[in-house]
Amino acid sequence: MINSAPLVEIRWHGRGGQGAVTSAELVARAAINEGRYAQAFPSFGPERRGAPVLAFVRISSKQPIRVRAEIAQPDVVVVLDPGLLRIVNVTSGLKPKGMLVINTRRPFQDIESEVKAQWQLATIDATRIARELLGVPIVNTTMIGALLRATGVIKLESLLEPIRQRFGRLAERNIDAMKKAYQETVLKE
Amino acid sequence: MTKPESELTWKDLEIGSIVTEPGNASQYQTGDWRSQRPTLNHDRCVKCGICSIFCPEGCIEQNADGYFEANLFYCKGCGICARECWTQAITMMEEEE
Amino acid sequence: MAKRVGIEVSLAIAEMAKLANVDVVAAYPITPQTHIVEHLAQLVANGELDAAYIPVESEHSAMSACLGASAVGARTFTATAGQGLELMHEVLYVASSMQLPVVMTVANRALSAPLSVWGDHSDVMSVRDTGWIQIFTENGQEVVDNLLCAFRIAEDPEVLLPVMIHLDGFHLSHMIEPLFLPQPSEVEQFIPPNRYPFPLNPGKPVTMGAFAPPIIYSETKKAQQANLEASKAVILHCWEDFGHHFKRYYSPVESYLSEGARVLLLTMGSFSETAMAAIDKMRQEGKDVGLLKLRLWRPFPFKEIRQAVKNADVLIILDRALSFGGPGGPVCSEIRSALYHEQNRPKVISFVGGLGGRDITVAGFEYIVNRGIQISQTGSEQEFEIFGVRE
Repeated sequence: MINSAPLVEIRWHGRGGQGAVTSAELVARAAINEGRYAQAFPSFGPERRGAPVLAFVRISSKQPIRVRAEIAQPDVVVVLDPGLLRIVNVTSGLKPKGMLVINTRRPFQDIESEVKAQWQLATIDATRIARELLGVPIVNTTMIGALLRATGVIKLESLLEPIRQRFGRLAERNIDAMKKAYQETVLKE
Repeated sequence: MTKPESELTWKDLEIGSIVTEPGNASQYQTGDWRSQRPTLNHDRCVKCGICSIFCPEGCIEQNADGYFEANLFYCKGCGICARECWTQAITMMEEEE
Repeated sequence: MAKRVGIEVSLAIAEMAKLANVDVVAAYPITPQTHIVEHLAQLVANGELDAAYIPVESEHSAMSACLGASAVGARTFTATAGQGLELMHEVLYVASSMQLPVVMTVANRALSAPLSVWGDHSDVMSVRDTGWIQIFTENGQEVVDNLLCAFRIAEDPEVLLPVMIHLDGFHLSHMIEPLFLPQPSEVEQFIPPNRYPFPLNPGKPVTMGAFAPPIIYSETKKAQQANLEASKAVILHCWEDFGHHFKRYYSPVESYLSEGARVLLLTMGSFSETAMAAIDKMRQEGKDVGLLKLRLWRPFPFKEIRQAVKNADVLIILDRALSFGGPGGPVCSEIRSALYHEQNRPKVISFVGGLGGRDITVAGFEYIVNRGIQISQTGSEQEFEIFGVRE
């Protein structure tokens, strides 16, 4: 599991308005609450709904993080919107044996055959979970559950406080969505 | 009385060049700028004060007898008082005369 | 006990302004500083900060309003970036020459045209001569720490000068990272109340912003220069005291693994941190290279720069701004000038990079160092090189 690595670099792919940046922020804050060092930042620029966006997270257990450039060679890539697979090269720079976490309706095996063998894969139908539990197809918190299941990079409990602080009365539903995704994410163990 | 500017060193200056002597602009003589001065014909003056109101320097004051006369320390000789005086009591005269 | 929080640096700035209990904020939003002033507006609106928030119609008005507020003795704060800093340009000179302790954070941003909201130092370099105290920061902690110091330095009766705290637009302003925010009691202990000596008051009138003919103007500028130079002692003392209280230490020129290094790289701002990672890598590979980080930009630390480079053969400077038709790297040109009379001085090599938000990676810094060493040996036709530009 990735948890023990000295520095973990995660890149999120989403569309403006889907909450990729919020996901990154929540993950970073959870890591910081665990006493670790973390950075979260968007691919900077004017925000526009629907346009592909990137968000980055670095987590370090022991040392303050000094590199501040965008993540070119992530250990993990999280894809919030399956439509992006056609227009963005989401696996660009993904390290060998890196983990790809995708929100998709399609069966795991289908995606697996498309994804090159050099990477690991985890899939979840986050859109369905989000619609069920949140009433809207905003998958950012749901996908955090998938990320945690696939990588163990943070403890699930560490997300509770950041989510509560961020979402107020909508927090519990988001936590449920995250937990459901955590249970249902499909990956090769 | 403030030192003349030509004698001030940088150490004499207050922080931010603030001038702490309030209203010291009154020490600045502008009367030597004029080439004409207003003269008042007391027979025509009705003591209305219109000249005083229009004076851009605000240097026309009412004297003990009630007549409005320009303070020549400041008066720049612009002639607005003469122009506005509706009884034509004020005439601008060359400084030389 | 200070609280460790994961927070966006912009928001931390607003929180620090709140902790410093600012009295007046006059501000106009502009990417990438907007989150600062938005959050401040929220803090004032919900009553967490007792301050007058003046939403003005432009940055020119923002700085003008700040001037007025500061002249009444208010603790005054604002923030801007890029074009916003340009729009308030003429008023910046007034704030410093009137010696008003306005504090401002600048989220350094590239200048148009073409339109860029991304970070670089071109806005900073356009205000070199404005007479403000200017401090660079590399990470979120440094930003909040130096903002705290800024109020104390600006309002110090021996200083009374406005202070700019520079942070890289986006790279710092929009970064969520861990930092410690002080307790209100620690802030209260560290910054005394603002006691501006001549607050505008009808009961005790003064003239501000008077007219100065040639006979006196030079003296006013000499006084201003002397005061800016003298502020350095207050800045150093403030940092020393800060270190004593908070155990984080700041100085005009900081170094990283530069002991005895023959080759030195010099950077300013958040790219210094990436540069440190590059220096680590190069040292591991046996390269004799170290890093200098310029923190105090104005008043310029002549003594510290000369001291820091005296044993180096090569000094490679990375500027994030380009002085067109001139020396290229503005910081480089100032450092060269500072070293001109030195008996022993290194070869100074100028690189310009990271313009308009373009990242420089660890590998990028490695390239810059190696290429810099090469130029020092073979010479170059050009005054400077732009790193990473596609030819």
